[in-house]
Amino acid sequence: MNGLIGHGALLISVAVIVLGIGAGVMAGRLRTQDWINAVYSAVYTNFALVTIATGAMVVALVTHDFSVSYVAQVGSRATPLFYTIISLWSALEGSILFWGWVLSLYAAVVVWTNRRRAGALVPWSATALLSVSLFFAILLIGPANPFHLVYPVPTDGPGPNPLLQNHILMAVHPPLLYLGYVGMTVPFAFAVGAMLSGEIGSNDWIKLTHRWTLLSWGFLSAAIIAGMWWSYEVLGWGGYWAWDPVENASFMPWLTATAFLHSAIMQERRGMLRLWNVNLVVGTFVLTILGTFLTRSGIISSVHAFTTGTIGYFFLAFIALVLVASLGLVAGNSDRLGSVGHLDSAASRETVFLLNNLFLTVFMFTVLVGTLFPLVAEAIRGVKVSVGEPFFNRMSLPVVIVLVFLMGVGPALPWGRASRDELRRKLVPPAAGTALLLAIALAAGMRNAYALAVVALAGYSIVANAREIVIGMQARHEAHGEAWGVALLKLAGGNRRRFGGYLAHIGVFAVAIGIAASSSMRSDREATLKPGESVTIAGRTLRLKSVWGREETQRSVVGATLEFVENGRVAAIIEPRMNFYPASQQPVPTPAVRSSLLGDVYVNLQAFRPDGSNVTVKVIYEPLVPWIWAGGLIVVLGAITSILPQRVRVAREADARQPATGARGALAGLHANVEAT
Amino acid sequence: MNWRRASLGVAAALPVIALLAWGMTRDPKDIPSPLPGKSAPSFALSVFAPGQQPLARTIGDTVRLADLRGQVVVLNFWASWCLSCRDEHVTLSAVARRYAGKPIQFLGVLYNDEPVSGTAWIKEMGGQSYASLNDPGARTAIDYGLYGVPETFFLDVHGRVAYKQTGPASAQVLARVADSLLAVAEKDGAPTKRNQ
Repeated sequence: MNGLIGHGALLISVAVIVLGIGAGVMAGRLRTQDWINAVYSAVYTNFALVTIATGAMVVALVTHDFSVSYVAQVGSRATPLFYTIISLWSALEGSILFWGWVLSLYAAVVVWTNRRRAGALVPWSATALLSVSLFFAILLIGPANPFHLVYPVPTDGPGPNPLLQNHILMAVHPPLLYLGYVGMTVPFAFAVGAMLSGEIGSNDWIKLTHRWTLLSWGFLSAAIIAGMWWSYEVLGWGGYWAWDPVENASFMPWLTATAFLHSAIMQERRGMLRLWNVNLVVGTFVLTILGTFLTRSGIISSVHAFTTGTIGYFFLAFIALVLVASLGLVAGNSDRLGSVGHLDSAASRETVFLLNNLFLTVFMFTVLVGTLFPLVAEAIRGVKVSVGEPFFNRMSLPVVIVLVFLMGVGPALPWGRASRDELRRKLVPPAAGTALLLAIALAAGMRNAYALAVVALAGYSIVANAREIVIGMQARHEAHGEAWGVALLKLAGGNRRRFGGYLAHIGVFAVAIGIAASSSMRSDREATLKPGESVTIAGRTLRLKSVWGREETQRSVVGATLEFVENGRVAAIIEPRMNFYPASQQPVPTPAVRSSLLGDVYVNLQAFRPDGSNVTVKVIYEPLVPWIWAGGLIVVLGAITSILPQRVRVAREADARQPATGARGALAGLHANVEAT
Repeated sequence: MNWRRASLGVAAALPVIALLAWGMTRDPKDIPSPLPGKSAPSFALSVFAPGQQPLARTIGDTVRLADLRGQVVVLNFWASWCLSCRDEHVTLSAVARRYAGKPIQFLGVLYNDEPVSGTAWIKEMGGQSYASLNDPGARTAIDYGLYGVPETFFLDVHGRVAYKQTGPASAQVLARVADSLLAVAEKDGAPTKRNQ
């Protein structure tokens, strides 16, 4: 029954989408309200239908309806309800269904929030969204159909992949990733809509696109950090990033989207980089599809295995279509996208934004080349090669160092032109941050040159960004006599996008420092312990208390209890485990982590004697790992701050009251300037 | 819309599409071994599972590759935790027995496993016709560039790797490779008089 409902809804949705695309073309050409309404109705109807299909799948999963092929593949009566629900995205077909649902949701929200907008931009954008939806709908009734009827109906299933039912982050990371990844379709649709409607020459579509990119970017940032965290908490290797093709697939569009968030401001304020911006938006979307293709088609070797099959060919056809259509469209519109503005001076924020875009793009191409190189090498020279961490680390570290520095210089410089005096006043004081963090890092024993450079420049940039916030607060404090806390809140509320930007920067610095410290100062050791014996790492002593085992409904668990001994007393306990699932040959580890602000002690159970007489544990000390997660949270807070709607009128009044004299006056003018955007 | 520029954009997309399409014809996990044609890495490993008559060896004896010169050697890497090894076990055991008396030696090499578990596994599987060797620290497996288990290496009478089978071996492949290597051995004349 669930199978019939789900499959039926998807079949109807294909028809609705096809009709909607037809109506969209008419709406775009004739611009009559009836056709426009028809497209919008198709978008809403598609959302309703895919919601029904997804709902049917969730019901099938929860009620253990093994007549539905996807449930038979990932369901199991022993799996707890929570993991049963989230197994919606634990295998290929379910994840494509979820993808389709998120896309239809985005399309519906985009159309609903812009339904009164005049012109052909929104109808064409809706048509573009429907066209992408059509691809996923075809996958769902064809090669990735999750609703096949299984007969005879099995009485039970194997349950989801053990790795995917082992941690709460499995409920968080995939939805965030889809929201970010799929969300990049919206800016793409706006770009296509702007090109097809002839509105590409105006800045209007860029403002709309900027907001939607921010939203997707926020989700994608959160997803990447959550993915790192999941990998750290579950896989037992004590790492969080390995430059695997799947990781690169999420990181490349993040880089181009980050570049766009900055270059869009260049267009909004100065009319520059108009062609470049269209390229970034289209490129970001192409990278999401390319990344999905690379990891789902199996043409690049990755640790993240998806069952392949014919779906790769569908993706290939789709990516060919997207590439041909979007490159053709962008190139065909390129003569309408010349720059209106120009660079006034090299010592300006514009320059820093240009450099930031340059380096982010170089970064993206570095990752892309590393990811595709095995394919290119085999095509040209017929040799099998693999590109691993050393390549990526060596190539990306210098770029990261420059970017961290630029993130400090950019906010400190004014738009247009900075005087020599202004440059000195803005760029010299943050060097104190460099000195401070460098001294701390050296005292803590950091010796890796790259890591030291990252930390030192992050020190510079933290001060530079924090200083901008403080200067703004000070201006309000002195102008209106506001208390400091009030000044901060009003400042943040006054120009959310700018303030959110500073916040996101500071989050990125925390992530950078966390990565620099944890990767360069990690120490690890392996020890085989009998109960009562201890192992010491980085000055911390761990004593094995006991080895135990227990049966849970869906798995058996073996664990070790270890005690942190400080000054002869037990300060804390830690329990790394190994889980044995019936459907899996190899045990799935659950490492245990004791976190503190300064670093993590990470313990993974490697082996044990069945009689409990000893265990082998891997103990890792990694400084500042929690900074990565905290930094990620700050980045997301920054994105949220930027997205929140701005109360323009109130903010303008506040700025208008600021005295416009001297340096403060210039600053107030600057703020007023920003408000106007 | 400037159609001349648009066609340039489309042209730029084509090489990328061609590369990806070509990639679909490849299997990135299929990594060719550089060993075939090269001299096989030597080893000296002790027997932990004796095998059965007439192929039996004594537990604890050391088998040296150098001592097997002049015979074809079939080296099968396996482990008790390996699922595919179960699939090929009966076939391997039967084929080895069929070639008893010919100048060909079948040997198992235990990979990343305890001899105790290996012995238990052989018992569970109903015995193994030929002997298996223990490879402490997986040194020999590393020398042979093992990618996973099971993998089977065929060494010719000159001690060169002639063929490598990744994944479970079928009776047909085993017989075909073994026959051709034995035929070459006969053509080369008395194996002990070969000059290399």
